[in-house]
Amino acid sequence: MAEEIKLMKGNEAIAHAAIRYGADGYFGYPITPQSEIMETLMDEKPWETTGMIVLQAESEVAAINMVYGGAACGKRVMTSSSSPGISLKQEGISYMAGAELPGLIVNIMRGGPGLGTIQPSQADYFQTVKGGGHGDYRLITLAPASVQEMADHVALGFDLSFKYNNPAMILADGVIGQMMEKVVLPEQRPRKTEEEIRREQPWATLGRPESRGRNVITSLELDSSIMEHNNIRFQEKYKKIEENEVLYEEIECDDIDYLIVAFGSAARISQKAIQLAKEEGIKVGLFRPITLWPYPSKILNTYKDKVKGILSVELNAGQMVEDVKLAVECKVLVEHFGRLGGIVPTPQEVLNALKEKLIR
Amino acid sequence: MMDTIDIIKPENKVYGKPRLMNDNAMHYCPGCSHGVVHKLIAEVIDEMGMAEQTIGIAPVGCAVFAYNYLDIDWIEAAHGRAPAVATAAKRLNPGKMVFSYQGDGDLAAIGTAETIHACNRGENIVIVFINNAIYGMTGGQMAPTTLIDMKTSTCPYGRNVALNGYPLKISDLLAQLEGTYLVTRETVHTAPATKKAKKMLRKAFENSMAGKGTSIVEFVSTCASGWKMTPDQANKWMMENMVPMYPLGIIKDK
Repeated sequence: MAEEIKLMKGNEAIAHAAIRYGADGYFGYPITPQSEIMETLMDEKPWETTGMIVLQAESEVAAINMVYGGAACGKRVMTSSSSPGISLKQEGISYMAGAELPGLIVNIMRGGPGLGTIQPSQADYFQTVKGGGHGDYRLITLAPASVQEMADHVALGFDLSFKYNNPAMILADGVIGQMMEKVVLPEQRPRKTEEEIRREQPWATLGRPESRGRNVITSLELDSSIMEHNNIRFQEKYKKIEENEVLYEEIECDDIDYLIVAFGSAARISQKAIQLAKEEGIKVGLFRPITLWPYPSKILNTYKDKVKGILSVELNAGQMVEDVKLAVECKVLVEHFGRLGGIVPTPQEVLNALKEKLIR
Repeated sequence: MMDTIDIIKPENKVYGKPRLMNDNAMHYCPGCSHGVVHKLIAEVIDEMGMAEQTIGIAPVGCAVFAYNYLDIDWIEAAHGRAPAVATAAKRLNPGKMVFSYQGDGDLAAIGTAETIHACNRGENIVIVFINNAIYGMTGGQMAPTTLIDMKTSTCPYGRNVALNGYPLKISDLLAQLEGTYLVTRETVHTAPATKKAKKMLRKAFENSMAGKGTSIVEFVSTCASGWKMTPDQANKWMMENMVPMYPLGIIKDK
């Protein structure tokens, strides 16, 4: 059978991919620029086909707690929002990490701080990969750079979150959410049956049969010695994720003098910028982290001996650049270029910044 | 004359611990209503034959550890979010029996939005509401249901309407919503009251399985420690002061 190629927005791709993944539930609250996710799901009526539940909650807070409740039952559940709404979800994300619950959260970032703007931004990098909510936890973070990856990362995010019993986030921005590209959607998969969930997620709260004790989903432990033990277990899990789940893409990175590091929409713009640079005889490659946590630090470290300078291109005031500097141990010049408040730079601006900041 | 030992026989048994209550030592204070309400829930679930199909949602507050005492599956929710958690648990598992167990601060202060919207959607869940007019777990602070002039650690000179507003009769408010099916206010301070409360709980759980909408069973409750009274004084004070503000009986039964 020939592949079915469709043209759609990144947000719509997420909705279709969720249905086809066999997701059990989506809980959301409207906010620009991601409302097409819930609109598409409501339009598709998956409750009539796969049995997937789609519910508009009274707030982002309620939506993430619905995800918490659904995940506690071992279900494949998700929510989506944009920056201000994601701030409201941070408590719930911390609870999910603390209770070791899987689940998918989508952030289609817009400019902040505060109510900010509805235009694209990548200013939630710190919030996502450095914490966001309270406590020592980590959030698996995927950064799609195309509509195809928006679709693909739904399955990837769910699979990783269920592999490690930890929440996962798709961190995209208004550009990736709103732009239309061709996409090949995955095959429809069946939703998990209750028997399958009871087998694969034996911790799930689906009612206690006589054959086992009660299942309790909680992040609470008043005994500090046990709570420290729990935290050590979490840290060991995070270490495993860092060792096994790093994803990145190297674009034209052989025989280069300079390197651009960028994710998501900034990587798409930078990809054009490195073409413009080559036309001018500047040898520059693009390194695109796909997982922002775990960060591809090890492979990025090898560039400290290969290039004269690295430019971190971001739609923010300089956030990921800190991780780039840590990755190369500050042994090579690392600079940042970014536009703020919802402004998206042109490839020419990126090239100009490269010349100005690295080549001098 | 009959020895005590001679009357300990199965046929003479008049009272037993519910099967679903385990032997964990309770952290509740003497005279607190939580233990009795826990017992009623355990009995009702077991009598309905739903032990293997029930999911309880525990709150933040004194009942945060409810999951330690009833041998059913439990989800411990963030403060105030139990109705949202219960919504998802029930929608994703329509055949299960789902209830939240919440105090006045959890349900009527921080969780007001979740409570109202779960009720307004008519979620097929039971909300068990413990109203003792005080934050017990954190040491006796003012609750949304604290009575006017009642002293707590954060209104040490008594609840002042100008500063703190009025006691929130949230069950009356919830009864106004189309999505609620049964709203009732009970106590467990005497054997007859407890017997009646159990009947209402059973009705509420049956409603949830019949898909009739949200059922709320409020328990006007004692907090002897928070009120700084003996258990006996607390029961008396509750009837004399709490019940006039929160009158007992069915508020709504569709």
